[in-house]
Order: sequence, then structure tokens, then C-alpha cells
Amino acid sequence: MDCTETRRHLHPYLDQELDRANVAAVDEHLASCEHCKGIFATQLALRSGLRRHASYHRAPRALAARIRARAGGERKARWQWPALGRWLPVGAAAAAAAVISWTAALQYASVPASQIATEQVVSAHARSIVTSQLIQVASSDQHTVKPWLSSKLDFSPPVPDLSAAGFPLVGGRMDYLNDRVVAALVYRSRQHIINLFVCPDRHAKTVAMESRAKDGYNVLRWTDGGMAFWAVSDVNAADLKHFADQYASAE
Amino acid sequence: MARVHVLATTRKEARSEVSDERSRTERFERIFVPHLDAAYDFARWLSRDERHAEDICQEACLRAFKSLDRFEGESGRAWLLAIVRNTFYTWFAKNKADAAAVPFDDDGTVAGAEIEASVESMERILQQRDARRRVNSALEQLPPEFREVIVLRELEDLSYKEIAEVASVPIGTVMSRLARARKLLLQHLRPTEES
Repeated sequence: MDCTETRRHLHPYLDQELDRANVAAVDEHLASCEHCKGIFATQLALRSGLRRHASYHRAPRALAARIRARAGGERKARWQWPALGRWLPVGAAAAAAAVISWTAALQYASVPASQIATEQVVSAHARSIVTSQLIQVASSDQHTVKPWLSSKLDFSPPVPDLSAAGFPLVGGRMDYLNDRVVAALVYRSRQHIINLFVCPDRHAKTVAMESRAKDGYNVLRWTDGGMAFWAVSDVNAADLKHFADQYASAE
Repeated sequence: MARVHVLATTRKEARSEVSDERSRTERFERIFVPHLDAAYDFARWLSRDERHAEDICQEACLRAFKSLDRFEGESGRAWLLAIVRNTFYTWFAKNKADAAAVPFDDDGTVAGAEIEASVESMERILQQRDARRRVNSALEQLPPEFREVIVLRELEDLSYKEIAEVASVPIGTVMSRLARARKLLLQHLRPTEES
């Protein structure tokens, strides 16, 4: 590959969107061309500058409540007390919408205990992000998170350090899946949160990873050594598989 | 008799509508609400204004709620961001006078400066105390079609395919706009004479 071609491929190369054959060709060219290597280094510096310094604006706290209230209000207008709707104080409507959504989220508990559905795993993941209950013990140190979980639970989930593979540990919490207490480990993959749910499953045989998708999230489930695992995130299926493989092999 | 029957049916329909609406709310909470920060951040970078960003984001979420039944996509994040983008451009077209108060740089280039920052100067600039201000201002000065692809790529971590969906352009265009956006950023960030 020459300089012109290398520069044409440089952005997909940087963004990891280039096919394997071309990656190898770009690698080879960069190893031997100081000029192109310099251009690539500048692009890398720009990227790290953007990711480190550009402001990420989080939504104001009141915004979610306002959206729920408005969405709830429109729903009400469509099916109930259309005349009354406009007399209801906005606050009450907001409270009603919030109550409906949270109680709804908790109602999956009626599903049979033997099967935790993909939908429940996805709901637990979404709930953890929305309710700011994501982290109860915040630490990137596995030696802090593991004892904390062990002290709260009657089992001790593996908490490997996967930062070298690009999945830093953010923390952990206790959560519920289908009425069962589970450990939730929180890892990050760039902007994405990965929840890893773990609970003992003594009756289950070792089961290979099974992949599911629901509502824009990917879920991987497997059992190993008397433990059941669910990895869930909005990262793409390949990245989640990579994460789960790293986790499973590091246990 | 017929009347009773009708009443019963209506009640049953109402009940199934209630559970239907409840499951809609659940899906909305699952699919879109977790991406609210991403939606707000994207709206903020597009509009370059906090108040407008809130309005755009709220409007977009309500649109997402209404079009929930059509969501079959792979990524709730990309779907919501596409709605944010459409909402922004609708708002932008309606409020041109308002938006003109924050002028867009026509081609994003600094007059007479075709020189890009080198790796050494980039690293030096990024270690300075005003790095945040400089990076933010370089991003804000990009024309919107370049700003959106770079924000989606570097801040929202979307793939080319997802960016193409959000911006409704072919993947080839995503690639060339990203290259152009980075070139413009390097021009904006190059060291000025006094630094």
C-alpha cells in the first residue's frame, strides 16, 4: 500500500472500521513510512484530546420527569377521562406517570423462577441506568468491589480486572432478577455501560454462551461452575461477546 | 342485552388498552430513557445552547414515545439520536433568526490558515490549562454537518453504520465528513502566533 492509499484508509483504520486485509496493509505501510506515521500520530492525539477535553453535557435532572409527565399526559388524554385530564394538576400527572412506570418495572417478579427472561435482564439494566442506582460501591479496584459484594451476599462472584482489555470496572451493587438477589458488576466499554449479573445456580450444568437481543440491547447468558451469568449492554453483539469471553476466561 | 354486551366489550377494550399503554411506558423506559444523556448532549452540541437543547430533547423524546411501535431497530441510542437530529433541523429551520445570533462559520476554515497542527503542537496544546475551552470552541465552530458526525463518533461512540442511520447519509459520506471534520479541527487547534 502506498501513501495515497494509506491516507485514504486512515480514518476507517483509526475508527476500527477497516477490514482485516487492509488493516494489515496499513500496519505494514505505517511501520515503514515516517511521514504517514506522523499523520496518524496527530490523528490519535486529536482523538484523545477530544475524548478527554470535549464537554459531555448530561441531561438536567428535571428533564426526565418532565418527559414522563408529558408522555403520561398524552396517554391519559387518549384513553381516560379526557375532560378531566385538563383539570388534573400537572404534578399529580407526573407522580402518576412515575408510579406507573416504576411499579410496572417491578412486576416481572411473577415470571417462573426457573427462567429469567431476557426482558427482565434488559429491564434491570435499563432501570439501573435510569434510576441512578447503578453503583452502590464505586471503585475500579476489584479488591474493593469483591469484598463489598461478599459481605452483602451469600456467594462471592468473580470480579476480574479487565481494564487492559478495554473494559474498566466501575463498581457494583446488589440487584434483583425475578425475586432473586443477584450481584451486579458494572463495567464500561467507552461510553457504554455493561451490567454483569451473577447468582448461584447449583442445579444448572455448564451452558455455553447464548446470545439474545431485545429492545436495542444485547444479552449473553451462560452458566459455569455453579454460577449463572448474564452480560447486558447496548454495545454491539461482537463487543459484548468479546467482553464476556474476557470475563469468563479471567474468572 | 345488546347494550350490556357493548358495555362489556368497551370495558374489556379499555382494560387491554390500559395494559397496552402500560407496556408502552415500560418499553419507553427500557428503550429510550437510558439514552437521555446522549440525546441531551447531542442536542446541546447541535444547537450550542442549553435551553434550546432541553426543548429539542424533550420534543424528540415525545416523538420517540409516539413512534415506539415502529421501533425494531438494533440500537435505541441511534434511533433516539436520529429523532433528536430531525427535531433539531425542524427547530433550526423555524428559528433561523434566533439561531443566526450564534453564527455558523461558513466553511469552518480560519482565513489563510491551511496549516494543520502537528503531533507535537497538538500534544502541547492539549496539556495547557485552557485545553477544554479550546477543544470545545473548535468543535462549536465546525459547520453542523461536520460537527454532528464527529460528536457522534468521538463522544457518543457510534459506529459508521449507526452514524449513517442517524444522519441519514451513506457510509461513504460519513467517512468523508469525518475526515473533513478532523482536518478542520486540526486547523482550529493549531498553535496561534502568540502561544
